[in-house]
Amino acid sequence: MTRNWLLNAAFTVGALALATAPALAAPTKFDFWYGLSGDLSERIQDMCKDFNASQADYEIVCTSQNDYDTNLQNTIAAYRANKQPTISQIFDAGTLDLMLSQAYLPIGELMTQNGYDIDWSNYFSGIASYYSTSKGELLSMPFNSSTAMIYYNTDALAKVGFEGLPTTWSQVEDVARKMKAAGYDCPIGFDPAGAWQWFEQFEAIHNQPIATNGNGFDGLDAEMVVGKGKFVQQLTWLKAMYDEGLLVLKSKDTGEVDQDAFAAGKCQIFSGSIAGHGSVTAKAIPDLHWDVAMLPMLDGVERTNSLVGGASLWTLKGKTPEEYKGAAAFYNFLATPKQAEWWSTVTGYIPVTNTGFEAMKANGFYDAAPYKGREKAVESLTFTPPTENTRGIRLGNYASIRAEMVKTMQNVLFNNQPVQEALDEFDAKGNDILRRFQATYKDAVLP
Amino acid sequence: MERRAYYRNKGLPWLLIAPQLLLVLVFFYWPTSQALYWAFTLEQPWGGGNSWAGWDNFLAIFHDREYWGTVVRSAFYACCTTALSMFMALTLAVFVDRSLKGTRAFQSVYVWPYAIAAPAAGVAFRFIFAPEAGLVGAINGLWPGIWNPAINGYQALGMIIVCHSWLGIGYNFIFFLAALQMIPRSISEAGAMDGARPVRRMLDLQLPLIAPTVFFLLIINLISSFTDSFGLIDTMTEGGPFGSTEVMVYKIYFDGFKGLDYSGAAAQSIILMLLVVALTFVQFRWVEKRVHYN
Repeated sequence: MTRNWLLNAAFTVGALALATAPALAAPTKFDFWYGLSGDLSERIQDMCKDFNASQADYEIVCTSQNDYDTNLQNTIAAYRANKQPTISQIFDAGTLDLMLSQAYLPIGELMTQNGYDIDWSNYFSGIASYYSTSKGELLSMPFNSSTAMIYYNTDALAKVGFEGLPTTWSQVEDVARKMKAAGYDCPIGFDPAGAWQWFEQFEAIHNQPIATNGNGFDGLDAEMVVGKGKFVQQLTWLKAMYDEGLLVLKSKDTGEVDQDAFAAGKCQIFSGSIAGHGSVTAKAIPDLHWDVAMLPMLDGVERTNSLVGGASLWTLKGKTPEEYKGAAAFYNFLATPKQAEWWSTVTGYIPVTNTGFEAMKANGFYDAAPYKGREKAVESLTFTPPTENTRGIRLGNYASIRAEMVKTMQNVLFNNQPVQEALDEFDAKGNDILRRFQATYKDAVLP
Repeated sequence: MERRAYYRNKGLPWLLIAPQLLLVLVFFYWPTSQALYWAFTLEQPWGGGNSWAGWDNFLAIFHDREYWGTVVRSAFYACCTTALSMFMALTLAVFVDRSLKGTRAFQSVYVWPYAIAAPAAGVAFRFIFAPEAGLVGAINGLWPGIWNPAINGYQALGMIIVCHSWLGIGYNFIFFLAALQMIPRSISEAGAMDGARPVRRMLDLQLPLIAPTVFFLLIINLISSFTDSFGLIDTMTEGGPFGSTEVMVYKIYFDGFKGLDYSGAAAQSIILMLLVVALTFVQFRWVEKRVHYN
């Protein structure tokens, strides 16, 4: 009796649900995993809420995986178990790993198929080239983009009598020495974990190759050439600066990272991403006067454009057409000028399109504090059209190679390994990693 | 008069051990067989396919000078951690066993560290040992630059060893204390009446009598220090500076998950497994002969 009643009830509820379903049309849900945490994660959650509120057909579910590495690992694990998100945020160093994975849908194809017409030429060429095939087809959606900058405490510069901001490393050396003499304990804060700004970006703006084949763009058989270029001179200089006490280690391991030490007024110069501009503003002690500038150059070398850092959004295979429609709508939402400006404002990331940047300039966004100075990142990124050495880095398992560079710098600075020997060893290890990657993808052709 | 339990139904015993067997198969043998398969192939991280590599993965590892560095480091790490942790635990257990004042309280307090997860302990230790901000860093105020694990590889490794030992003391302590309390009082008392001081009684009476426990803990500690260091290292040093805290298990994690070299990592974990098996075998074959069970 009771059982019948229950069955009936269930039946009725089921029938009702079926009958009302078309009327309510539950939005198509799809997943977006990202590798940012803390304040930036909050901003992404805001962005997702805004997208969901802007339309009724799709619902994006945004999940933080804490950091880039973890997000890549989890995305891979999920993909292998066929439980992948529709969109995943992959950092710059993982680009080639994705390209050969055959696990993604090219962004251009996705947008065209779903009826969106995006002007890809509007994207800054230095950003587009990083995420494009060697033939120029963009594969992933540029998302949070940054580049490396140098931050100066302008009071300390004034105290040692330097006008403006240093633009060469020899000027930096000069002011650092004077700062030390003037009683500053930490003229330059340095963290070897920042191989991206201290090494990769140095190579780019000096138009130096990291590897042959145009940093790997022309084939998987690229060979590392760092020990043959200008970085030998630069690392020797870093070592001398460290030994003289002008370059001071500020890292997670010492208890205070370089950015925090700078914001607290303890270090007078540090190099880091433009994305940190907002954090420095927020953390700066009262009356800290500071400015940001393009990375300095070696004397007598022409500047070329710097590399884009950050991450892009990859659309993964194996989802339903409805979910792809949702993903395309989300990308389209991100590309709207209003959204692009909001994202740039609340984070330190730069706009990724020419029109976006121009619109923000026209609005006077960059004219006053706290955003003044951020336009220099775009200047650095677009300083010249990308050259063979500055369009990006297309090396397999590049995250490992980057980690080897961190070790190499630590070895030179803290362990007194001779620079040339250390960089030759670095090249050899890098080549091992590249050959292993090549063997793993032995039948693959670079797209 | 032999008494043996037996089952009439041949299927029943299998049925009874099935749950356990299933667990072991799913959570041990299946992953191990996967690792073994990957170790002999080149596996694409995204699962696009793999190709047979034979012994290439192993040869590549054996030719890597850095890998041998991690093996030596792991062995050193295991010996130091085991020795330090067991010695400290035994000392504490002996004092507690002597029923000094406050024994009851110490009995439970000493076990606490074992209940702390390694990564949580790692985060706490990072603050304690940070050269600029931490408690230990305070000695830099007296002698500037004397303590800096961020640039000194030996200090970094020593720091991890101390932390790992500390985490293991509670576990060892419980076993030592239980073993010591199993020894009949009369034996110690007889020794005392013959004029043996506590240290002598410990060396000549108690230690030989708890030898089986010492042996058991030796194996458990060695295995754990080879395989359980990951949580601490990942939160405290991430293998640095310049790879001086990179032990075998951390290299496996790094190469596999950060470097996406699944096959190389699989081959390394097979080597680590064989090493631990061999170590245990050696201990049972030779060291155990010197242990006398009652």
